[in-house]
Amino acid sequence: MAVYDKIETREAPSSSKGALHWLRENLFSTPLNSAMTLFGIAILFWIIPPFINWAIINANFAGSTRADCTGDGACWVFVKEKMSMFMYGFYPEADRWRVNLAYALFFVVIAAFKLLRKSGLKIAIATMYFIVAFILIRGGFFGLDMVETNKWGGLMLTIVISAVGIVGSFPIGILFAFGRASNLPIIKSVSVTYIEFIRGVPLITILFMSSVILPLFFPEGVQFDKLLRALIGITFFQAAYIAEIIRGGLQAVSKGQYEAADAVGLSYWQKMLLVILPQALKVAIPNLVGSFIALFQDTTLVLIIGLFDLLAMVQLTGSDSHWLGFETEGYVFVTIIFWVFCYSMSVYSKSLEKRFNTNLK
Amino acid sequence: MKSKIAKISMAAIAVIGLSASVANADTLSDTKAQGYLKCGINSGLPGFASADSKGNWSGIDISVCRAVAAAVLGDASKVKFTSLNAKERFTALQSGEIDLLSRNTTWTETRDSSLGLNFAGVNFYDGQGFMVHKSIGVKNAKELNGAAVCVQSGTTTELNLADYFRKNGMKYKLVAYDSNDQVVKGYESGRCDVITSDSSQLYSLRIKLKNPNGSMVLPNIISKEPLGPVVRQGDDKWFNIVKWSYAAMVAAEEAGITSKNVDSMLKSNNPTVKRILGVEGKLGENLGLSKNFAYNIIKQVGNYGEVFDRTVGMNSPLKIKRGLNALWTKGGLQYSPPFR
Repeated sequence: MAVYDKIETREAPSSSKGALHWLRENLFSTPLNSAMTLFGIAILFWIIPPFINWAIINANFAGSTRADCTGDGACWVFVKEKMSMFMYGFYPEADRWRVNLAYALFFVVIAAFKLLRKSGLKIAIATMYFIVAFILIRGGFFGLDMVETNKWGGLMLTIVISAVGIVGSFPIGILFAFGRASNLPIIKSVSVTYIEFIRGVPLITILFMSSVILPLFFPEGVQFDKLLRALIGITFFQAAYIAEIIRGGLQAVSKGQYEAADAVGLSYWQKMLLVILPQALKVAIPNLVGSFIALFQDTTLVLIIGLFDLLAMVQLTGSDSHWLGFETEGYVFVTIIFWVFCYSMSVYSKSLEKRFNTNLK
Repeated sequence: MKSKIAKISMAAIAVIGLSASVANADTLSDTKAQGYLKCGINSGLPGFASADSKGNWSGIDISVCRAVAAAVLGDASKVKFTSLNAKERFTALQSGEIDLLSRNTTWTETRDSSLGLNFAGVNFYDGQGFMVHKSIGVKNAKELNGAAVCVQSGTTTELNLADYFRKNGMKYKLVAYDSNDQVVKGYESGRCDVITSDSSQLYSLRIKLKNPNGSMVLPNIISKEPLGPVVRQGDDKWFNIVKWSYAAMVAAEEAGITSKNVDSMLKSNNPTVKRILGVEGKLGENLGLSKNFAYNIIKQVGNYGEVFDRTVGMNSPLKIKRGLNALWTKGGLQYSPPFR
């Protein structure tokens, strides 16, 4: 019987480890890759230093008037001066604590969600939160001054529109997804017609409809708030997309699940809500969040109907005759805010996927 | 920029607008009952309607809203501003979402006759003009033969430009851009010697230049753009109120009444001043307003000249000259019918 010496584990040869190896493997593996890498580096060199020069080195940070903008670079004084407009729009300064409180409560609710298990309780808390936030922001109850929606603006309005759009479209979308998957011919055809109609029309058209055509059909003296009209339009628009995403999820649930639920004698709603929907949603999470991120960005379209969301605020503040010519700074600032929000949603979606990924654990 | 769809929708608005405008005919008592004036404005146009860092609206169009609020409610701050884009502005007026539209709206025959609107005056006589680099030494648009002209494409500006040069037998090279910001960049980088746009726009474009003093706006105006406040047809009382609120600002400038001297002017012996300020006669009451409605306007908003200087004129960054907007006594077109 041969005796073998144990060979100690050796380190990988220097040619297949370390930074050099990584570079060779990933950036310079073929002549084409090398060329592309060099090209990429060249582009970065071409873009980044001028941007840093503009945004930081030559930029003005201090001061409070246009005269303080002297350098060739960006003038962040503009953004600083207009910050409250970007954040709250025309919302009265004395009442801004109400918006801030609504933001703060949001994080409280998120924290509560982590602790609570029962989904019924969660839905109750979320509903409560929306009622409280509405009362806080709009006022008109409990001695809070009413702040009319034409004073809402900036980031706050963007958040309101996307939050209402997301939360409102979700249940409606689920209903239409159920409707489309239903065997009842009328419900099915109504759902299909609705979904296909809305998906065949751009959001901008719906917003125009809601702001230009709709008021003409209301009876004399009936005034629908402009923001409310836009919110309804956005919610129903988004619902059609949510419905299709959830339908995709429903189709991914195996037929055996439906049959098993039927076999234990669950009613239709019990079957759908307790057995099918949770599984369908799990599959649909990435697409749902993708759609919500798209909605968050689409809210900027409200600027064409004269609502001052974050993006429209750049135009408005740029038209102050004391601050003409600083739109670029405004757009860069707004870009950063949008990126932060969208990226956070994306990260949250990843964590949700991980948490619900029960199959592969 | 006028497509077929736009025309059809305009026609639809016109039909519905005409039928809807008759019903709600007591805007004055409605406004008094709700305690504020519903005014439609631009969502940001330098000098005409813009918000400062605190969110307060100001501008020459805003002043008309404030003047009417001062006349009707006695308080220039009681205005609810609704910002509107160009397409929805008339619908908003017809549907009653706003009761006064003060949004740099050009007075044209079509709008006046077929959209169910009434123009209550002209608070800014605008028109297309030219801005040139001072270095090329041109003092008059007639000397622009062979120039490269930057223009925002797809607007009537482009058509007016073609007409003007053809009429005067001159040649030009068109450099068209999508937006005004690009026009400025093209002009600065030397792609063209001249920018053409509405003259009120030229002044704000000039500020955006790196060196505003290196450019000048030529005196020639090649198109007519009378901008003014608009009300619904079918409420003549309200139409009169807006018309005379505006006229009061012009009349005050003619009579030398300003926001600063208005209190001492109350004791003036000049019969015109007495009638304007309501010391004598009952001009305000005939309109359904208080006797001193003009006093409120002048005290809280100012006369036309003050408003002009503050918002677009020499006391503002835009520094637009009075030009056509000077009083008729000074070679302009601003003229108030007599207060008597």
